Amino acid sequence: MDVLTKIPVKEQEAKVRATNFDEVCLGYELEEAMKEAERCINCKNARCIQGCPVSINIPAFIQEVKAGNIEKAYQIISESSALPAVCGRVCPQETQCEGVCIRGIKGDAVSIGKLERFVADWACKQGIKPEGAKEKNGKKVAVIGSGPAGLTCAGDLARMGYDVTIFEALHEAGGVLVYGIPEFRLPKIDVVAKEIENVKSLGVKIETNVVVGKSVTIDELLNEEGFDAVFIGSGAGLPKFMGIPGENANGVFSANEYLTRSNLMKSFDLSSPTPIMRGKKVAVIGGGNVAMDAARTALRLGAETHIVYRRSEEELPARVEEVHHAKEEGIIFDLLTNPTEILVDENGWVSGMKCVKMELGEPDASGRRRPVVKADSEFVMDVDTVIMSLGTSPNPLISSTTEGLEINKWQCIVADEEFGKTSKEGVYAGGDAVTGAATVILAMGAGKAGAKGIDEYLKNK
Amino acid sequence: MYKIIRAEELTTNIYLMDVEAPRVAKRCEPGQFVIVRTDENGERIPLTICDYDREKGTITIVFQTVGAETFKMASMKEGDYFHDFVGPLGRPSDLVEEDIEELKKKKIVFIAGGVGTAPVYPQVKWLHEKGIDCDVIVGAKNKDLLILEKEMKAVATNLYVTTDDGSYGRSGMVTTTLESLVKEEGKEYDHCVAIGPMIMMKFVALLTKKLEIPTIVSLNPIMVDGTGMCGACRVTVGDQIKFACVDGPEFDGHLVDFDEAMKRQQLYKTAEGRAFLKAKEGDTHHGGCGNCD
Repeated sequence: MDVLTKIPVKEQEAKVRATNFDEVCLGYELEEAMKEAERCINCKNARCIQGCPVSINIPAFIQEVKAGNIEKAYQIISESSALPAVCGRVCPQETQCEGVCIRGIKGDAVSIGKLERFVADWACKQGIKPEGAKEKNGKKVAVIGSGPAGLTCAGDLARMGYDVTIFEALHEAGGVLVYGIPEFRLPKIDVVAKEIENVKSLGVKIETNVVVGKSVTIDELLNEEGFDAVFIGSGAGLPKFMGIPGENANGVFSANEYLTRSNLMKSFDLSSPTPIMRGKKVAVIGGGNVAMDAARTALRLGAETHIVYRRSEEELPARVEEVHHAKEEGIIFDLLTNPTEILVDENGWVSGMKCVKMELGEPDASGRRRPVVKADSEFVMDVDTVIMSLGTSPNPLISSTTEGLEINKWQCIVADEEFGKTSKEGVYAGGDAVTGAATVILAMGAGKAGAKGIDEYLKNK
Repeated sequence: MYKIIRAEELTTNIYLMDVEAPRVAKRCEPGQFVIVRTDENGERIPLTICDYDREKGTITIVFQTVGAETFKMASMKEGDYFHDFVGPLGRPSDLVEEDIEELKKKKIVFIAGGVGTAPVYPQVKWLHEKGIDCDVIVGAKNKDLLILEKEMKAVATNLYVTTDDGSYGRSGMVTTTLESLVKEEGKEYDHCVAIGPMIMMKFVALLTKKLEIPTIVSLNPIMVDGTGMCGACRVTVGDQIKFACVDGPEFDGHLVDFDEAMKRQQLYKTAEGRAFLKAKEGDTHHGGCGNCD
């Protein structure tokens, strides 16, 4: 065996998967996983653990995989992560654990993500649950939002013995895992729902249809409903638009709306009562992971799909793997291109999109070269649907209804990194509500920090 | 799950339900709305809150069957459950937040059209309970489609009913009545609230602009989550883009771009129509009618 090369993972063929919503990556079999595990040299000073935002004991679980003790491997991962089947699929491992793997210096890094996924899927199939708390401590914690930050925080606290209730605004738990990330990257029934069941099996209660700030306030949770502490993991917030003419035309959507319709409301399935516009030519504006998800969804709904991004390929913020998958499936990348106007027909529908070509100038504050408009480069793209994937701004629902909760100039909740502590006593926060839009695993890291902070606070209270 | 305590058909295709939703009933104010789902696969349907009982923990909703999902809702009976019922969403009516003494000095007129009569009712009731006078104009297509007349009469200072076909009360559109009240019957108003079909609100706003009466309208655009996350409900108000779910649903009627809002409401008409036929007739509609592809 060539130890420098990772065991390849099977994927659905690009042409086939471009027409369905089934999962793209098929994952390892036991034998493949054990073989890949052998490539781990079990470093004493394991850099991968430091590279993991939730500090999973990676070499330890991989050693168990190598020996075929998958259940033991699962319990090791579960000590640090409530959502291993999710993380194995959507974490940017290439910049975290795998990015610092010694194997990666000469050859491929160990496929830590794919191994984690294998272990979690195997445990799920065997019906193995994470180990819960030995005894309850009688203290009540409210967690706002059931996305990656909230689920992680709730799971950790429940394992410490706290009585945890999660409040979710939507009708289904999971946050971005159910409304944002598409089925073909993260199956909802087989993966997300199962991991949420695991969190519930630790004793966590989930109350859906509660919009904190509207249905109930944080002060009411603390003063009237008997909660001893609150963790806010309410997520990213309101979609941004470009502010160009024609943006309210029929056929212009935020990526949030488009993905929520397809993922949460299942409108990719024609039997869903919630409609989605099935355009013929779709332009997705933006270059992040959400843009890739929206584009690959539009492609699967039958559209010729373009990614329109104002910088060049090198600056695309999306994961390399996502860009690679998108290209394989037939997404057309119109780089160094920026929309200036949505053209609208007499009935209010999108009839095209005016764009200009860009070129890269001097680096800006973000360190990336600033795109500048190329003279006389205006042209019209023939599209009937435009999806804006430009990021989000924080939702003021909670900050505006909670006395004494400090926010920064970007309207994000101010919380310290180590413990998620906010300016209000007993209130902790983490995830996109604090950092602005980031990744699942960073939100999980913040959920962990929040749990640690709440535990410290309540132990000393 | 949220239990239906009372369900009745007010008139053809318009239904009223009281639903147990203690969290919503505890905090809601006039002007706010809820989102409901009939079952675990249902669409999220936004509905304005029509009444509430804080002690019983119930919310009253009134809806008209317009598509497959409301058609399904109409078949639900007392004792059945909504799978989901979330709220209160949106901002309360501005009236609720104003000073009571200031409100007493105001000459307020409400204009309700069709099923829009239902969301007008809690506002009028709220004012009535605070001892504040207000007139109400209710418009309906015909006598049979008039709803909540008795309830409205009990809380309005003066109630003017008008029907498009003259089958009951005055004859003609609500705008005809308003114009007549102001120009010929010596009425003076300095605040107007209009809730009804988009086209009615548009023409009321055009008239009240001429009559120089500040006017609030309540919009019901397409929305998904109702918490600001999707932006489907964006509407142009003056030179700004607002999200009806978090910035509204009430806006200054003189600033709303109604033509754009009406076009946006048409977005899924074909898809909705197809779903409605399927719900009503089973799997009989396969295209080819020329209206859908």
